[in-house]
Parts: sequence; structure tokens; C-alpha cells
Amino acid sequence: MTRPAPVLETRDLHLSFGALKATDGVSLRLLPGEIHALIGPNGAGKSTLIGLIAGTLRPDAGQVLLNGRDVTGADVVRRARAGLARTFQVSSVAAELSVLQNVMLAVQGARGGSFRFVRPVLADAALRAAAMGDIDRVGLTGRHRVVAGDLAHGERRRLELAMALALAPRAFVLDEPMAGMGPDGAREMTALLDDLRHRAPILLVEHDMDAVFALADRISVLVSGRIIASGTVAQIRADPEVRRAYLGEEILE
Amino acid sequence: MRREPLLNGVLALALLAVPLAAWALDEPFVITLATKVAILALAGAGLNIALGYGGLVSLGHAAFFGIGGYAMAVLAAPVQNFDLLMSWPFEVPGTKSMPLIWLAAMSAGALAALVIGALSLRTAGVYFIMITLAFGQMLYYFAISWPAYGGEDGISIYVRNGFAGLNTLDPIQFFALAYGLLMAVLALTHMMVRARFGLALAGARQNPGRLAALGIRPFSLHLSAFVISGAITALAGALYADLNRFVSPSMLSWQTSGEIMVFVILGGVGRLFGPVAGAALFILLEHWLGGVSDYWKLFLGLILLGIVLFARGGLIGTLAGREDAHD
Repeated sequence: MTRPAPVLETRDLHLSFGALKATDGVSLRLLPGEIHALIGPNGAGKSTLIGLIAGTLRPDAGQVLLNGRDVTGADVVRRARAGLARTFQVSSVAAELSVLQNVMLAVQGARGGSFRFVRPVLADAALRAAAMGDIDRVGLTGRHRVVAGDLAHGERRRLELAMALALAPRAFVLDEPMAGMGPDGAREMTALLDDLRHRAPILLVEHDMDAVFALADRISVLVSGRIIASGTVAQIRADPEVRRAYLGEEILE
Repeated sequence: MRREPLLNGVLALALLAVPLAAWALDEPFVITLATKVAILALAGAGLNIALGYGGLVSLGHAAFFGIGGYAMAVLAAPVQNFDLLMSWPFEVPGTKSMPLIWLAAMSAGALAALVIGALSLRTAGVYFIMITLAFGQMLYYFAISWPAYGGEDGISIYVRNGFAGLNTLDPIQFFALAYGLLMAVLALTHMMVRARFGLALAGARQNPGRLAALGIRPFSLHLSAFVISGAITALAGALYADLNRFVSPSMLSWQTSGEIMVFVILGGVGRLFGPVAGAALFILLEHWLGGVSDYWKLFLGLILLGIVLFARGGLIGTLAGREDAHD
């Protein structure tokens, strides 16, 4: 059986901050159609790894490949244009713009043409329709006129996701999409992400273990900058080293 | 409710009605004051694109204002001296034509903004303020030591430049030109802010990191806004030089940068008619308080302090409320 080509791949990534090896030889593959969860305790280097993948950080050694193309030297903008959509651990939106404007900005980012000076953007039917579709898809129907800064926390998480969706990406990198959401919100977000995998594969960094076990096709466990285990949900649950390093017994019941 | 468009209309009409009334009552001084307001508002409108819409706090916009002024002097001085602008490698005469002078001023302002912006935009925050200030001061000291154009004393252009079909020495006709340009620039700004460029620029101001993650480069947007901003402020500089028929290095001084910024902040940062309201208030205060006390700038300072502390949106923000939430 031939393995499908990974959409996103890291090869032996290394990054040190002084004596601290934040990323220490991480090789990771995100395959078409899958949700690959990345878990690990606080300080394991998850945020650093996301920075390396998204292009905000540069590795000391190693490579990042997107659709088989080496993007290690490309900056954030180029990686986004190459089809990488990320969301942020702390919601990151344009706070003074409406929900619709935020999502339209993402559509504009995907389609190009930010240097147009004449036609009012809100009258651009194609851009608008695409944005409204993504707003509906994340369950923010009817909220498109609200200024992003006035949204409730959970709604802002959804807006983040709508913006990622609007990029029509080749791969999603989602940094704790459930962070700060209540149990109901987390359940709805889980259903949303389950649906999202049909658009593009997801690299999911998440602390909510219910969500991870419900969604993930594969799980990689990051501890002290190294991946100590990688496998299916069942394999990870059974792995003694993972139990010792990270998972509490009660989660595995 | 959308009060801001209404307020903008009132301001536009008032700035037109006052000099017209003064014209009917034969009060040329008032017309000249209104012309000064229109021109300074235009300088502020230029800065507002960088400061208000782009979030770029430039303390060096006097550079563009002065470049516009000197562009006028460089083109018009050869004509009054019966000289050529350039004699080698080919002969180029000077010009007294306002449209040509405006074009030259805007091109020079845009070019200077491209160079200054490309270097300054590598920094942000307080460093950006300092580096734009430094570029402004460099040009100021250059003008002081430029003997061909009067050095420290500046240079007088005795006859106002011309515009086909108008008598530009007639105050009301010169006012009409300045007012027309101001309104045209504000209309184009309004269009630009609502277009794709404006949306992306708003994103670049509010959250550059997020914008980059959407595949849009904040630097390109900021630089474009800075160039447009510099060109408009240079146009205002050319008009201001024509209003006074005089150019001097003080147009390039950092106090001028500060004053242009005060117009924008008084009126409302990122509000279309903010610079108009700000420049009008500034000139009125200068005129009235200046007649009452030599220390009028002390009162101006107090008013500015009050607005910054208690009325974040400036005059427009106070009168029209929060910016409309758009669609």
C-alpha cells in the first residue's frame, strides 16, 4: 500500500532559545483528510512548533514542507498564500471591524487584489457571498453586522475559524480552538471541526482531551520539544510512556 | 443613526458659506483665513491617511509639506528671475502653472514618502515616530543651508502662480481652488477607505500579525498609504506657499509636523472630516485667542489636553459618536 503524500510535513525541526531546546528534532506529517492532534503539557513547545510551521519563527535546522514544497525560507504571508490557515490561541481578529468585514478580509487574502481603490468592498457581491457562507458555516448566522470587539468569547473563537475557512486552505493549523469555551461550546466546536476535515486536513493543538479523543485520527505527544509518541487514539491511550509523562489516569478511563 | 455624514455636510457647507459671505461683505481677510483653513485641512487630510487610517504616527509630515512648498519655489523662481530651471543637458524652463506645480509637488512628495516610508516602516511605535522626525529634521537643515533658495530666510515668489481661466490673485477665486482640491481629496479618500484597499489597511492597522496570516502583507499596505499621504500633504504645501507667496525652512520644521498632527487629533483621528474640523478650530483659536493673549498656545494646549483625555474621537467623535458599524 502506498502512503498518501502528506499535505504538511516537518522534517527534523530544531530550535533553541539559549540553552532551552524548545523544538528538538520534530518530524510530523499531516495526511489528507485527517485530524492530527498535537498534545503535550504546558511548556512542551507546542506554541513554538506552531510558530515554526506558520512562519513566525525560523528553525535552527530542519525543514517545513507544504504540499511537498519546501517553505522553510518563506515568511508568514507566503505560507498563507501557499495554503496554510492558522488560528490563534488568543483570538486574533480586527476588533474594530464587523464580523463580515473580518471574514471578507480573509476571502480577500485568499483571492488577492487588496490594491483596488475604487469599488466599495461591501458592495462586492462575490466576496460578500463567500464570506456570508463561511459565517453561516461556523454558526454566526445573523451576527455579521456585529463589531468583532463586541463579540462574546465563544463567538470570537468561531470568527477565528470562519476566517481560516475563508482562506480555502490546503491545511488548517488550529491552536487550541476550544480554549476558554464552556462544555456546550466545546461540544459545538467539536462538531464543527469534525465537519471541517472534509475541507482540508487539520493539525489540532488542543488541551481538551474529550475533543481530542473524539476528533483525532492520529495523535502526537510532545514533551520537552520532542515527540515521544505518535499513533492512533487507542495506541496513545495505551502507551505507558505517555501515561507517565502526560495523561492523568482518570482521562484514560 | 448616522450623524457623521450630516456633520460632514455641515462642515463642508460652512467652509464654503463663510468666505462667500465675506466676499459679499467685502472682507478679504476672512476669505484668506478660510483659504488657510482649507489648505491646512488638506495637509491634515494627507496625514490622516497615514495616521488615522494606517495607524502610522508620523512626526515628519512637515517634510512633505515643505517639499511641496519648495517644489513651487523651484519651479516658479526661474520665471521671476528670467532664468531657466535647467540648462544642461537640455533646456527646461520654470513654470507658473498651478496644475504643473501641483503635479511636481505631489510627485516629489510621493517619492520622498516612498524613500522615508521604506526605511521608517522597518520600525514601529515610538521608533517610527523618532525616525520620521529625524528625516523631517534632515530636510529642515538641508533647506536652511540651501543658499539658492534663500537658506534660512526663505524665498518670495512675488506673483501668485496661475490657473487657466481664473484670476488667482482674487482671494475668492484662489479659495475656490483650494476648497475644490480639498473636497476632491476627501471624496477620493472616502472612496479608497471603503474599497478593498481600505479594508486591508484597516486590518493592517488593527492587527498586522493576523493580516499576514491571511496572506496580505501589512508592509505593502502601510507603504502605499504613506506614499499617498505624503503626496497629498505635499500638494497642500504647494498651495500654502502660493497663499503666502513665500517659502521658508519653517514649513519643514518639526513644529509644523506637530501642528498638522494637532489638526488631525483635534478634529478626530481616522475621521474623514477630522482634519477640516481640526484646522478650522485651530485657525479660529489662533485668530481669537491670539487677539486676547500672546500666550494663546497655552489655551490651545489645554483644549488639546481636554480632547485627548475626554474626547478620544476629537470634535467629530464628540459630535457624531462612535464610527458607524458599517454593514
